[in-house]
Amino acid sequence: MKISKLSIVLLGVALVAPFVMYPVLLMKILCFALFASAFNLLLGFVGLLSFGHAIFLGTGGYVTGYLVMNSGLSPLLGILAGTAAAAALGAVYGKLSVKREGIYFAMVTLALAQLMFFVFLQAPFTGGENGLQGIPRGFLFGFIDLSDNLNMYYFVLAIFLFGFWVINRTIHSPFGQVLKAIRENEPRATSLGYNVNDYKWAAFVISAALSGLAGSTKTLVFQLASLTDVHWHMSGEVVLMTLVGGMGTIFGPLVGAAAIVGLQNFLSGGELGNYVHIIMGLIFIVCVLAFRSGIVGEIQKIVKRNFS
Amino acid sequence: MAEFLGINLFGLFGQLLVGLINGSFYALLSLGLAIIFGLLKIINFAQGAIYMLGAFLAYLALQYLGISYWAALIVVPLVVGLLGILMERFLIRPIANEDHLYSLLLTFGVALVLQGLFTHLFGSSGMSYPIPEAFSGGIKLPFMYLPNYRAWIVVASLVVCVGTWWMIEKTKLGAYLRAGTENPALMQAFGINVPLMVTLTFGFGVALAGFAGVMAAPVYSVSPDMGSNLLIVVFAIVVIGGMGSIGGAIITGLGMGIVEGLTKYFYPEASNTVIFLVMVIVLLIKPAGLFGKEA
Repeated sequence: MKISKLSIVLLGVALVAPFVMYPVLLMKILCFALFASAFNLLLGFVGLLSFGHAIFLGTGGYVTGYLVMNSGLSPLLGILAGTAAAAALGAVYGKLSVKREGIYFAMVTLALAQLMFFVFLQAPFTGGENGLQGIPRGFLFGFIDLSDNLNMYYFVLAIFLFGFWVINRTIHSPFGQVLKAIRENEPRATSLGYNVNDYKWAAFVISAALSGLAGSTKTLVFQLASLTDVHWHMSGEVVLMTLVGGMGTIFGPLVGAAAIVGLQNFLSGGELGNYVHIIMGLIFIVCVLAFRSGIVGEIQKIVKRNFS
Repeated sequence: MAEFLGINLFGLFGQLLVGLINGSFYALLSLGLAIIFGLLKIINFAQGAIYMLGAFLAYLALQYLGISYWAALIVVPLVVGLLGILMERFLIRPIANEDHLYSLLLTFGVALVLQGLFTHLFGSSGMSYPIPEAFSGGIKLPFMYLPNYRAWIVVASLVVCVGTWWMIEKTKLGAYLRAGTENPALMQAFGINVPLMVTLTFGFGVALAGFAGVMAAPVYSVSPDMGSNLLIVVFAIVVIGGMGSIGGAIITGLGMGIVEGLTKYFYPEASNTVIFLVMVIVLLIKPAGLFGKEA
């Protein structure tokens, strides 16, 4: 794979960033950037709008949180277990939801996510409304203390880079090309002999697993797993991040996640804190009406127009 | 006394009634969604928020303007329908030619704004709306006590649902609507103002949700998130029934309400999830939905 100059610059920025900005905020951005990228794999590259993706984020978080807290699992194994749980749930939910298309797909994923929301609400091991609190970050490989924010930051960055690499490999693989073909013209892909639903399902599982990875990591960062992560609001937020950044672009979800998390952080500090949902809603409306390509999409258009 | 085969009939009928009432609201909302979907091919994510808006408007009208329940039952759907018309005309129509997923996202944005606005203005705790005087009290039946207002909900929603079904399936106006669902371009060629019809249809579908909101105000507490939770259940119901037929939407809505009521009696832990589980089963057996036409 070719590594562009842009990627090297971005990596440089990411390595220096914690010395300039608050590391916890940066880690939050990285987790959501991974979550949004995983979501974008489905929406941007297969054309499937999942409205229940928060459930994979939250499942990863709860499973990691519970195991690290109660079974004394190491952080790495905890994250692996959380990711595996999200992948397993994604395998089941994917099988069910790829049976329907378009708007129905969105409704099915939302309803399935709500089903699991109630399970987490009532199950004895999730702590109900309080969630799981005080989850220890532990020691990576037994000797790197993750309670140090800087150590944790580089750990999160490594996880993010791994997830982002998986998504990139998927998009640029022959498998990814078939996904794009399905997005562009599904009957044609079928007539070429591809089992469209199997491809959609595989993409769904990858997306769910990486969402779970993001959720597991986020749980360790904040030492908390709660119902917020599995609520439909969260599913809406990841749609918004992808939309704002530019769906179907590689870097769009990163930019979108940084923009939305940054905005939320900014709003919650000031007197506009009560207006967060209204502002999110307005951004949704404005983006859909006038700004459908998103930030990265618009930049790409300008670059294309002027430099090629 | 009220026992039969070890089942407490008093409790069972009580839960059945609650189920029937929930089912009435499911039917009204999914009917609105189905009508809008028929012509516009979009799902209105704001339907739940508009139901909430209907309940709040009724509450505010009573509180500040002294408008009675009966007047609100007429006025609120009109106001809400008008808002729907404006929404279709200025927000949805400009992107009508884009992928329908965009209009779904747009209505989701509208829902967030409405819900956020009311949460900001009134907080997230609920307000109570008095039961109209004509319906205070209730009837004692052999196996249960039937509050008058609850009976009214079931009757009124049935009347509205059946009336809507009759209008769409049996009248000339309905024939236009059905033809527009099949082939809007041809309708336009026959000299029928399709864009106007689309706008009015959207207004009507939304007004149904407003009507449901007014009906709900005296039985549920009026709160900003009353709509969003309901809407997700209604989505599951729409997937179960499929949006192919108007009658199907009504029957599935009522039926699922009853299923939920029965679950509440026999296995209360699953009462929140049973409708979603039914959806899973339907997806496995008949993915197009019970009344769905498409493959």
